[in-house]
Amino acid sequence: MAEYVVRRLLAAIPVLLLVTLISASIMQLVPGDPASMIAGQNASQIEIERVRVELGLDRPYGERMLAWFAGLPRGDLGRSILLQRSVADAILERVPVTLALAGFGLLLTIAIGIQCGIIAALRANTWVDQAVLVVALAGVSIPNFWLSLMLIVLFGVMLDWLPAGGYIPFADDPLGWARSLILPGISLALLQIGLLARITRATMLEVLRQDYIRTARAKGLPGLLVIGKHALKNVMIPVITVIGISFGLLLSGSVVIETVYSIPGMGRLLANAVFGRDYPLIQGGLLVTAATLVLLNLVVDLLYAVLDPRVTFDRG
Amino acid sequence: MRHRLFATGVVLFGIVLVLAVFADVLAIAPPEKMQVRFRFRTPEWAFPLGTDNFGRDIWSRLVYGARLSLAIGFGVVVATGIAGTAIGLAAGYFRRLDNPLMRAMDALMAFPAVLLAIAIAAALGPSAINAVIALAAVYTPRTARIVRATVLVVRETEYVQAALACGARHYWIIRHHVLPNSLAPLIVQLTFIFAYAVLTEAILSFLGVGPPPPTPTWGNMIAEGKDYLREAPLLAVFPGIAIALTALGLNLLGDGLRDVLDPRLRVQHG
Repeated sequence: MAEYVVRRLLAAIPVLLLVTLISASIMQLVPGDPASMIAGQNASQIEIERVRVELGLDRPYGERMLAWFAGLPRGDLGRSILLQRSVADAILERVPVTLALAGFGLLLTIAIGIQCGIIAALRANTWVDQAVLVVALAGVSIPNFWLSLMLIVLFGVMLDWLPAGGYIPFADDPLGWARSLILPGISLALLQIGLLARITRATMLEVLRQDYIRTARAKGLPGLLVIGKHALKNVMIPVITVIGISFGLLLSGSVVIETVYSIPGMGRLLANAVFGRDYPLIQGGLLVTAATLVLLNLVVDLLYAVLDPRVTFDRG
Repeated sequence: MRHRLFATGVVLFGIVLVLAVFADVLAIAPPEKMQVRFRFRTPEWAFPLGTDNFGRDIWSRLVYGARLSLAIGFGVVVATGIAGTAIGLAAGYFRRLDNPLMRAMDALMAFPAVLLAIAIAAALGPSAINAVIALAAVYTPRTARIVRATVLVVRETEYVQAALACGARHYWIIRHHVLPNSLAPLIVQLTFIFAYAVLTEAILSFLGVGPPPPTPTWGNMIAEGKDYLREAPLLAVFPGIAIALTALGLNLLGDGLRDVLDPRLRVQHG
């Protein structure tokens, strides 16, 4: 086990290095002279030169990359042009908000998705099953930014039940905080709920066919115990994978959802960085999210071992 | 049930395809023609889906939007298909290339898809071609991974070993054994990528890094409608439905194709 963890961590290093390199190279894609593009159309030559020096574009590419890599161990991701402050600080400040949103989305996903999947499997090929399928298909097909707008119109404007946007910190007003997360949480989670419900249903059907389930039923265990104890444990393995993927998708989705709902999290910070051509901030944000996802995948893989004693990590 | 869903997918995608191909005939006004006198019309005979804030006919913009959405989606499918197959084949067939190529793909896949697409599209500048490039960069690794997985299996089969023993060239083996076997999962994957591409392109447009307004893309129409949600919600409603139905059609098509072409991946039903 320990050997496996070390091996996986070592394998993650080249991926992380590449991720860092890709993040830092996004500016290379800007056609023409990035400095004058970033400074804007009406910028004077002096301003363009100032931006050029600020971004390090006056130095060669290799030297810039070296400087970027050298800063990383110190947690130095450069300075944001728009905010005129350290990128790392700006991102760190926003992380709790995005984590709250993604966490709430994940909670909804797990609570609703697994339930729906189990019910659909137990009632396979009935109208309940088909209803779950319809929700799942809607989830993968409805664009979440559009769903957000529709929810805002319906619940925020017409019915006026929930705030139409904005974010209230937990410390200020816990109830307001929860209310401000409901609509964005649902918009973010619908896709994941569908995916999780479908995978849970498929796995559950597979598991229910196994001999040990028949045995459990035959010896007269109550149905709820068979499902809850014998079946669910075996369903959790693929489900954990999907939950891991889900969390990544939730972080990714937050870019759009936070923009639509004006939630001051990391997603909106990065979206604004993109619109404001704040490349140091874009690069830092890309690196932080991608590195988080790489580590998250590692954690998910390790969770297998905890949940399923059959999974071993010996070479061989 | 399975067949009905697949049939629904075919019909939905067929309708969108017809709208896209015959946009010139089906549109009743040029999609960018502004008629300020007719702003915010609700649906009526002259404007089947009403007009927007510039008095442009929403139906006409919708059908031209279908054309652009499908064109971008198809562009992404072609680019991803070619690049993904090339990389997947190289990594799966030639062991020495496997590690470097797949680590690069892992790195690209580590980024959240939407975020990377936005960053690339914004850096390249807003246009339809750049949207295709950004989306292809995001979805190629996923395709490469699937092609590689099939190639790894096919490469070890006895018939490939036999062909090698008979002195067949790598090129011949790839063309006659490896490629045909990778095709089924590839087609299934590309159908889903088509759906993702339509959805993500809408996000790019909506955020302002897709084809710039007044180009009639569905994402642009929603972005413009966003400011009039209170007074004229239909501006944003129709393009959203169009995106959802297109993505739904492609998803159903992909599910159905997977059942037919790739029985190994079939989801158990009942």
